[in-house]
Amino acid sequence: MIEVRFFSTLREGRGKITQVPAEEASTAGDLLYHFGIPAEEVAILLINGFHSTPADNVKDGDIISLFPPVGGG
Amino acid sequence: MEERYIRNLGALTEKECTLLHTKTVFVAGCGGLGGYLIEMLLRLGVGTIRAADGDTFEASNMNRQLLSSPSSLGQPKAEAAAARAALVNPDVRFVPIPEFVTEENAAELIRGCDVVLDALDNIGGRRILARACAKENIPLIHGAICGWSAQAAVILPGDDLIDRIYPEGARLSSKSSLSFTPPFCAALQMALCTRILTGRPLESGRLYMADLLDMEMESIF
Repeated sequence: MIEVRFFSTLREGRGKITQVPAEEASTAGDLLYHFGIPAEEVAILLINGFHSTPADNVKDGDIISLFPPVGGG
Repeated sequence: MEERYIRNLGALTEKECTLLHTKTVFVAGCGGLGGYLIEMLLRLGVGTIRAADGDTFEASNMNRQLLSSPSSLGQPKAEAAAARAALVNPDVRFVPIPEFVTEENAAELIRGCDVVLDALDNIGGRRILARACAKENIPLIHGAICGWSAQAAVILPGDDLIDRIYPEGARLSSKSSLSFTPPFCAALQMALCTRILTGRPLESGRLYMADLLDMEMESIF
């Protein structure tokens, strides 16, 4: 399984943490598609705590953290 | 030491308080974050504040912007900030700049400052400010809010953190903000700013992200 952690507004309707079977995603972008999240609505994408992009590969046991752009002032 | 700063002692040394009086801080934006940052800088006792904002107050600002009120609608934000500074701490030299920070004026506006505080409300402006800070070799304290969320970071010259926080194509989807989110974010920024101004050690390159809805704080990168 791949663990996906949502932060801030990305939690709305999705909760904080969910698990996705590893065979359903080969890249982080596949996970975004799986959850219906447009790429531009994710500012920071971490794979196991490391800064990553939607094009990066994911595998069984990975933890993916997704943060939206926070830009108001 | 002046009595108005007595309660700074303990948390800060007398030497640090005196050092703060010699410092110049630039605040980019006098809206939600900027209003609280200016208030905190005035009460902390920095020497000079330069604050830039080309905007005027409108009714939708009043749910969160400290400097806004029914009587200030239509007033330039930089002008309201100057009036507040004169009221709260006339010993602080306050330089209002009724202009937006742009590619053309950014480096000149911040030149000679010890720290720059990001109180802008858009990604493009933040990239301009970060480039100007790198060029002028000035630490930038990033801050941003959305809804219940606030984030802050120290960006030292040469660090590409702003590009990791806002990758190419990132889009702000919400303008929501609550009354308590800007002061919380401003407090995070001011704690980082005070550490820099007093020469205390700190870890740069980290983004502190707080979720006030779930009472969580992450430190990432």
